[in-house]
Amino acid sequence: MRRIVTATVLNESGVLNRVTSLFTRRQFNIESISVGHSETEGISKMTFVVNVEDDRQVEQLTKQLNKQIGVLKVTDITDQAIVARELALIKVVSNAQTRSEINGVVDPFRASIIDVSKDSITVQVTGDSNKVEAIIDLLRPYGIKEIARTGVTAFPRGSQKTVTEFKQISIL
Amino acid sequence: MKAKVNAEAEPLINKMSGAEIFIEALKRENVEVLFGYPGGAVLPIYDALYRNPIRHILARHEQGAIHAAEGYARVTGKPGVVIATSGPGATNLVTGITDAMMDSLPLVVFTGQVATNVIGSDAFQEADVIGVTMPITKHNYQVRDLNELPRIVKEAFHIATTGRPGPVLIDIPKDVSTVGVVPSFDTKVDLPGYQPTLVPNILQIKKLADVISEAKQPIILAGAGVLHAKASEELLALAEKLEIPVVNTLLGLGSFPANHSLFLGMGGMHGTYTANMAMYECDLLINFGARFDDRLTGKLSDFAPSATVAHIDIDPAEIGKNIETQIPIVGDAKEALTRLIAECNNPPEAGEWRNHLKQYQQEFPLWSSDDEEGISPQRLIEMVHKHTSGKAIVSTDVGQHQMWAAQYYGFTEPNRWITSGGLGTMGFGFPAAIGAQLADPDATVVSIVGDAGFQMTLQELALLTELNLPVKVVILNNFALGMVRQWQEKFFEERYSESLMPVQPDFVKLAESYGIRGFRADTEEEANRILKETLNDRSPVVIDFRIKPKEKVFPMIAPGKGLHEMIGVRP
Repeated sequence: MRRIVTATVLNESGVLNRVTSLFTRRQFNIESISVGHSETEGISKMTFVVNVEDDRQVEQLTKQLNKQIGVLKVTDITDQAIVARELALIKVVSNAQTRSEINGVVDPFRASIIDVSKDSITVQVTGDSNKVEAIIDLLRPYGIKEIARTGVTAFPRGSQKTVTEFKQISIL
Repeated sequence: MKAKVNAEAEPLINKMSGAEIFIEALKRENVEVLFGYPGGAVLPIYDALYRNPIRHILARHEQGAIHAAEGYARVTGKPGVVIATSGPGATNLVTGITDAMMDSLPLVVFTGQVATNVIGSDAFQEADVIGVTMPITKHNYQVRDLNELPRIVKEAFHIATTGRPGPVLIDIPKDVSTVGVVPSFDTKVDLPGYQPTLVPNILQIKKLADVISEAKQPIILAGAGVLHAKASEELLALAEKLEIPVVNTLLGLGSFPANHSLFLGMGGMHGTYTANMAMYECDLLINFGARFDDRLTGKLSDFAPSATVAHIDIDPAEIGKNIETQIPIVGDAKEALTRLIAECNNPPEAGEWRNHLKQYQQEFPLWSSDDEEGISPQRLIEMVHKHTSGKAIVSTDVGQHQMWAAQYYGFTEPNRWITSGGLGTMGFGFPAAIGAQLADPDATVVSIVGDAGFQMTLQELALLTELNLPVKVVILNNFALGMVRQWQEKFFEERYSESLMPVQPDFVKLAESYGIRGFRADTEEEANRILKETLNDRSPVVIDFRIKPKEKVFPMIAPGKGLHEMIGVRP
């Protein structure tokens, strides 16, 4: 079960280390982590994509994260209406013959070519993980030299659908 | 981040060195005793201590210092304060920090660190103490700017003692403790990410009160959370008001009087048959401050299989972690009990259930064998109980002696039982007894230890002489790692791989070499006489009791089995 969990944290040294060390020792399986500054100075936002077995495990994950002194708020946003994006850079083998063909693959994804060299081009794509996977699959036959992905970053949409199956796990 | 350590040329006026600020901050937290061991990186702090009235206890090993601090914390409810140097000093604390973390004991641990300009260079006596202790502390800090020290110390004491107690570590680089600043102690604790919930949700309390009134077979499970919340009186009041039987966890012993008619004994792997059957058969289990440890629950699917579970805990992460909970209540045990006492006005009709459990108690009491030469360990614990009128502070390591003490001492008061539950630390009991005696100088403190565990920290015998502490060391000597051997006998077809210790020191001479009276007892008559003579005088003593070597701890839940599948229930 894939869950997207966000955490608002104080921007202190060692916070990321604390969080990842917690994941390791409690055996939570991380797919990706992305971290960056939030709208408030001194506060950062983390987005985790985790694979868990059941609801109980994700509840335990959020509770354990919440126990960290530097963590202000933890939310499992998987079941909310969210915007989730990741960015990938893909370096593809390319020469004069295949360049325009690759362009044809890139265009429908609204990805862009950000670097060109004699024998490769670099594609930048933003979107949800499925979209990134799809373009990688299409580019693979040309020969992929290198991929770098950021991991998912996400938050709830400005307005939520009226009826969401939002599971309440807080007991405070 | 670069530390602000620019040496000032002008003389220090109103300035304090880091070491002085450290001591002033401790005074402001009303610290009376420091347990520690000096070394290079903390020399400036020890120099400041030289001129200062805060009492420092020089253990003979950092592990001794921190276990003593744990014993002190257990008895007083105040944080134990520990100081050690960088590198090996700090890493020697790791066992004690983990032990305190597992058993929720408040500690504030200070470690020296190499100077800021060489951190990360593998300098002499450098260890990444922050990295090492991150998973075993409630929180940790490295002081990079001396101006932050007063705030950090204040926060550390706050975090260690509030909510679910635990160890907090502060790492102080050497240069930070030598420079001087004009300190400001007027800081408020402001931790937006740390807001423990003390007052429970009243709707949940009412819901629990309703469920209680309808229960037919209710029990209360009381853990160490009741002791941390100082809620023993409220627990007694609730149990008596509703006439609900009580089971204690290992660490919760003493939170409910063992001689009370509603007491079913300790539950878990070596709990009483009645306590475990009560947890198996109950229809309502009300857990106050126990974390459903695997040594308590046995096989999870056979734990309280037909019960509604209510779990009251100050740590929300404990609720639902191991056992599915129908009525979760986050809050302080004292607050929850007080509100429950007010809300519960319809006691459950559970007379039949109580009689049923009484029958178990009569039919399946604890038993011991009589088929071997030597002192019966169970009867020895009963003798210790008798000669201390059940009022002693008792500390133990982990293993057979620990389980016999838990089963047979019969604690009637809170905070008299100091044992390493979660981590199961050999070598814990003796130094913990030293801390307990310092915390309560008038108490009779008995450290019940095994022959093997005692040898892990017996260097602290020096402290008994040096500080004139009347700690009684009761060694249950069976020339073996008793519990390991018991498991090898039961589950490894009697292959006693490396569990036998035929060579032990002469504990009498060993004690005497530290200036302490030592005794040996081979028979129960001798044991009784020596205990009678020594337990109530005010000098330290080490007694080597040669117990029956093959005696086992029974009854027992074998690994992977359920509460109702205890073995060794009858002789």
